[in-house]
Amino acid sequence: MAAVRSISKVLVANRGEIARRIFRTCRTLGLGTVAVYSEADTGLLHVAEADQARLIGPPRPQESYLVIERILEAAHETGADAVHPGYGFLSENARFAEAIESSGLTWIGPTPETIGAMGDKQRAREIAVAVRVAVVPGSRRFEHDDPSGLDGAAEVLGFPLLVKASAGGGGIGMRRVDDMRSLRDVARATQSMAAKAFGDDSIFLERFIPKARHVEIQVFGFGDGNAVHLFERDCSLQRRFQKVIEESPAPGIPEDIHKRMAEAAVNICRATRYRGAGTVEFVVDAHTFEFYFLEMNTRIQVEHPVTEMITGRDLVAMQIELAAGTLTSLEQDAINARGHAIECRLYAENPAKMFMPSPGKLERYRPPAEPGDLRVETGYREHDMVTPFYDPLLAKVIAWAPTRDAARQRMVSALAKFEVSGIRTNREFLIACLRDEAFAAGNVSTGFIDQRREQLLAAVDQ
Amino acid sequence: MATVDVKTEITGNVWKVVASVGDVLEEEAPILILESMKMEIPVSAPEKGVLMEILAKEGDVVTEGTVVARLKA
Repeated sequence: MAAVRSISKVLVANRGEIARRIFRTCRTLGLGTVAVYSEADTGLLHVAEADQARLIGPPRPQESYLVIERILEAAHETGADAVHPGYGFLSENARFAEAIESSGLTWIGPTPETIGAMGDKQRAREIAVAVRVAVVPGSRRFEHDDPSGLDGAAEVLGFPLLVKASAGGGGIGMRRVDDMRSLRDVARATQSMAAKAFGDDSIFLERFIPKARHVEIQVFGFGDGNAVHLFERDCSLQRRFQKVIEESPAPGIPEDIHKRMAEAAVNICRATRYRGAGTVEFVVDAHTFEFYFLEMNTRIQVEHPVTEMITGRDLVAMQIELAAGTLTSLEQDAINARGHAIECRLYAENPAKMFMPSPGKLERYRPPAEPGDLRVETGYREHDMVTPFYDPLLAKVIAWAPTRDAARQRMVSALAKFEVSGIRTNREFLIACLRDEAFAAGNVSTGFIDQRREQLLAAVDQ
Repeated sequence: MATVDVKTEITGNVWKVVASVGDVLEEEAPILILESMKMEIPVSAPEKGVLMEILAKEGDVVTEGTVVARLKA
């Protein structure tokens, strides 16, 4: 167990809903809160709600939320003694974690070494293989333009395949290729995008599983080789490789598969002496239920409330207490799940125009009331501007009920009551997905939205 | 020869201007690339033509429907 370090004030190096959600737990734990914000976010709720707030730069993330020095300055100026990174931005940046620790602050997250190892998709695969967890068949890494090597690797794997940026994640830097003709163009485009986005242009190829499900295991490691899982989340409903609806338990997956996936995830944590909350993502063949390790996210996940709703645990509190050295190691059998939880991501986007972003002013914005079985996480309020500088997430709505069908209906009713206008959103599209026969039957896959887009859009119009 | 306005379909930040005045552009050729909500979205020539004017520069925030370039088609 780590030495006890006191934490009294937490700076959240993030914005919007996740900053607010972390502050909420900080207040419960009696900790002070510090927000950082860009010029575009001056009036947002996360800034107003924190005990202290510091402006860290212009709207573009590269000039504010991604600038390590500005965040360190803000922490020192406000007397914060710990930093929580949230998700996205610098949350999986080993250099940031290192800078926080070496400046004497407490980093609420895994060690910089683990972040570095898991952030590199190829090294992460090697770690999984070392503990006998299957990975999707893939190629070696291509550092520079190497067309002959690429062609050969593609022939071995067969089409369709995915071109992936080694440093990518969250669906960014990933493209499907169906034939040899388009391989080189896609590889070149992915490399140049990756060089710009991640400062690393290396890519690799991976076999694409046509009917796949995306199932992930929430894990928590205690940093001493002990780790537990907090069950799975099915995140199969995606558009542009980004999640839209998540739920737990994963419908229709046999119990022994759940169990084996959870064991695999825990083994990865034990092997790396993982510290804190993490998510091990798997791609599951929807027909055979064979599962393969995809990647591990070394941070709190956007969809973590799904797990909190079924387990009654506060994952952010666990993260903070572990960093403070006050968390007692948990045994697996102390963690139980009950009922079913579904999360929908309300995005500022236009489903009819290929989910193009739709920034603008929230003329009307009234989330539904939150009784115990419903949770709404948002960073916005009525009349706020949703700017084009950040991701399109407006709100996460999470519904719980004793059964999947009841949770699904609870969600439909919550979304129907969510009043939002002034910009385009996917609210009605989400309702159409929830009402879709295949979804209701639990027949989900990562191709669900693409394949049923027309009929889902038609249902929106009715 | 008609003048064609090139309009943006979304609100975003001009990330890169990838064509130059005087270029002969094929239909669908990108003129500039917008960055909006973590997506890069090209603004392309609606038809074949010569690029006469570029009305936005890198770093500008443009709203949906803004004329960002003109073509001689």
